[in-house]
Amino acid sequence: MKPGEIPGDLRDTAVPAAFLERQLAIVWRTPRGVLGALATVDHKIIGRRYILTAMLFLALGGVLALLMRLQLAGPENRVIGPDLYDQVFTMHGANMMFLFAVPVMEAVAVYIVPLMIGTRNIAFPRLNAFSYWIYLAGGILLWAAFALDMAPDIGWFAYVPLSGPQYGAGKRADIWAQMITFTELSALAVAVELVVTVLKQRAPGMSLDRIPLFVWSMLVTSFLIILAMPAIMVASSSLILDRLVGTHFFNPAEGGDVLLWQHLFWFFGHPEVYIIFLPAVGMVSTIIITFTRRPIFGYLALVLALLSTGVLAFGLWVHHMFATGLPRLGESFFTASSMSIAIPAGIQIFCWLASLWLGRPVYKTPLLFVLAFLVTFVIGGLTGVMVASVPLDTQVHDTYFVVAHFHYVLIGGAVFPLLGAIHYWYPKIVGRMMSETLGRWSVGLLFVGFNLTFFPMHILGLEGMTRRIYTYQTEMGWGGLNLFVSLSSIVLAAGFGLFFLNAILSLRRGAPAGSNPWDAPTLEWATASPPPNYNFGCIPVVGSGYPLWDNAEVLAVATGLRLDRRELIVSTIAEARPEAREASPRNSIWPLLAALATTLMLISSIFTPWAVVWGAVPVAVALIGWFWPKGTAEDES
Amino acid sequence: MTRRRGGLQGTATSVLLGLCCTACHGWQSVTTPAGPQASRLDGLFWTFTAICAAIWVLVLLVLAGAMMRKRPAGAPFPSERSEKCASVVVGGAVAVSALVIVGLTLFSYLATHGLASGTADPLVIRVRGYQWWWEVTYVDAAADRSFLTANEIHLPVGRPVRIELAAPDVIHSFWAPNLMGKQDLIPGRDNAITFIADRPGVYREQCAEFCGLQHAHMAMLIVAESPTSFAAWRANQLADAVASAGAAQEEGGRVFAAKACASCHTIRGTSASGTLGPDLTHVGSRQTIAAGMLPTTRGSLAAWIADPQTIKPGNNMPMVSLSGSELNAVSAYLAALK
Repeated sequence: MKPGEIPGDLRDTAVPAAFLERQLAIVWRTPRGVLGALATVDHKIIGRRYILTAMLFLALGGVLALLMRLQLAGPENRVIGPDLYDQVFTMHGANMMFLFAVPVMEAVAVYIVPLMIGTRNIAFPRLNAFSYWIYLAGGILLWAAFALDMAPDIGWFAYVPLSGPQYGAGKRADIWAQMITFTELSALAVAVELVVTVLKQRAPGMSLDRIPLFVWSMLVTSFLIILAMPAIMVASSSLILDRLVGTHFFNPAEGGDVLLWQHLFWFFGHPEVYIIFLPAVGMVSTIIITFTRRPIFGYLALVLALLSTGVLAFGLWVHHMFATGLPRLGESFFTASSMSIAIPAGIQIFCWLASLWLGRPVYKTPLLFVLAFLVTFVIGGLTGVMVASVPLDTQVHDTYFVVAHFHYVLIGGAVFPLLGAIHYWYPKIVGRMMSETLGRWSVGLLFVGFNLTFFPMHILGLEGMTRRIYTYQTEMGWGGLNLFVSLSSIVLAAGFGLFFLNAILSLRRGAPAGSNPWDAPTLEWATASPPPNYNFGCIPVVGSGYPLWDNAEVLAVATGLRLDRRELIVSTIAEARPEAREASPRNSIWPLLAALATTLMLISSIFTPWAVVWGAVPVAVALIGWFWPKGTAEDES
Repeated sequence: MTRRRGGLQGTATSVLLGLCCTACHGWQSVTTPAGPQASRLDGLFWTFTAICAAIWVLVLLVLAGAMMRKRPAGAPFPSERSEKCASVVVGGAVAVSALVIVGLTLFSYLATHGLASGTADPLVIRVRGYQWWWEVTYVDAAADRSFLTANEIHLPVGRPVRIELAAPDVIHSFWAPNLMGKQDLIPGRDNAITFIADRPGVYREQCAEFCGLQHAHMAMLIVAESPTSFAAWRANQLADAVASAGAAQEEGGRVFAAKACASCHTIRGTSASGTLGPDLTHVGSRQTIAAGMLPTTRGSLAAWIADPQTIKPGNNMPMVSLSGSELNAVSAYLAALK
């Protein structure tokens, strides 16, 4: 009989390994050609696209940063005028937050989490495909607007009334608001997929206390996304309504409130920081475990720290508003809550230090990135304690001190671990190792360049340099330090350049990786590199938190899944006991069509509110096509 | 024509350079306080910095120790004893950091309380932020003792000053770091800050909330002076504009009234009574024009009037077409409005 055409109920029990693998490869395959690529729902292909797109946006955002440093290198520079500068700093912030930082963390998770927990695809794989297309459309919208000199110029925070109908002329603020809609849609979709994947698709035996820490961090992050993003959806939609149909949510003259915007924005905006930081925390723990050759110190404490950070993240948004004139009691509450989040952060630092102390560290590039993270992130965390104090914040808020602070948190705290994680998982994704030599050079350049660029900004802030100014007068005396910062940013850029070069060169030149080059303990290393389209020939069974370090000769597996259609195991939330076999959706072009219809509707709605009405028709058609019952295997089960 | 303007601008810039380079070090600085409130904030800053720096050094020492310590080859490592020991150390460190956090929160709370002490019977100044300049009103119970000015504040040393903040257009933020922390000016809301300057001097205030194209050029000088000089300044500001002294000034006054200038600016004692732009009654007595951008000289006034959009792109002052002699006369007139 021919593979792929087997009728009936063929199971993966007691079939020869070669036949099993060939059969699975046919069932889970993505057809060659453009149509196959557009219709795929393979989490690895989509995850790879997501990572590449996000890294492209990182590079573009970096170019914007260099443009700003060029303009600020000397006093009263005229390289970039105020109009372009305002677009550039808005683009830099919006691009880095919405198109790079959040998506890249979710992107890595889309690729790695299903492998780490031993399943064959992410939950809701078609939604996953849809989320990528929507994210791509949002990114293209923002950058096309920039190319047309129509980019938002209101800051990534888009405070009203500056972004409102009276002061925000043209379509720039509308483009900002719709870009938010795109990226929120995709972020929410991935968050839902990850929650369901982690809670219901774990390999048999992977009870809650055996979940890898990166998976825990993505679970907490996904809940943060689900709870925080609706606030900014409300904000950006109200802004669009104010601008397009003349509502007055934010117009004080008509009973609206200017500060309402800030509350809604920061109720999202502060958890956003942890949405970026918590995945990085999971990456740090993962790398430390592998390269200290021991189980992590304080697993339970680290999980509790993740959870408490996730809860506290919603209680301190007002510390972005300390200069707006708050009641005294509110000030004290938000000072206390903002400072208290340093305690779970401290717990994590202490546990990592203990792991390094008690382990046998192997200083490969990923661990070097973690060391760079520890040194810089602690500075960012401590200046975070400083800005949590209301009186102190009134002096440094909206100055370069804060610019320095959050780059220490976001680059030191999230980008360094991310680059370490890319070094770490690159062999799994590509099948080849990245160069250690280039890796060490890039860590060194990034670490030195970063600190030389951002540390002096603390001093500039204390010397009175405010944020978002396109130039400054000679007599302010900020010229020298600014020139130094601008020159240092070249070193930082060189570090990033070397990293990208390494990633590109290693595609062909890297040494073949094998399935587990780092001798790591988690399940993604139990399959080939790169993994086959079905991830695992048989679903592994887990007996500890470090399955590949257990002394068994071979990994135990669960069998009984059908081989004639896409199937995976659904397990219980707490114990991960197998409950059912579940069909996993096949490839489909409808998610792409639905994304195109949604894009059409959202972009036209910038120009006329009627687009919401007429644009809903193609969206409805696409969704009907997407969910039309076709009598296929997954419908019947 | 263009070349001449460029030349004027260049002169203005170099004059500015010469004027300020000696005087201005630390005139907009958190760490050079000139009053009790700013001193308290400065003290708080250094307290936090010292404690945070100590914590960072400790973390680095432990990290260095972890990296450099000797590990016995072969033997089971780490021993059960060192695992236990680490648990105690980590637990202790968490407890200590919780205490430090409580302590810093307390410091912060006490500092906030301290800022409000000794600020009874203040001088009240109303500041309104516009895109991109500051309107300043000295408020007095007697209406005829109140007056309006712009882009420069004078204060008597030693007396509390209450700045009442409002914004008619977008959000701005009032920040004079040598005197006090910042406070936002928010449409639809009233804010205020109170502080004391106890050291005479010239300090700089700058808008700290992004407010559009010329956010970078929305500043003003704050002159803290002895009560007697302040009284003299105040008396002068209360008076109407001085009468024109020479022929050029008289001609300038006529041009100002006849051209578009008067529809946006007020000069008390003349027919000019526009309210869209800054009050110019005593513009010649102020140290800077265009919200802290240029020193008040005839040259810089002429450069500014000739081409405000090149000097401060996007600001709301249009280019009013004037002949060379008209420009000369108007700048002479304005410079003489002491």
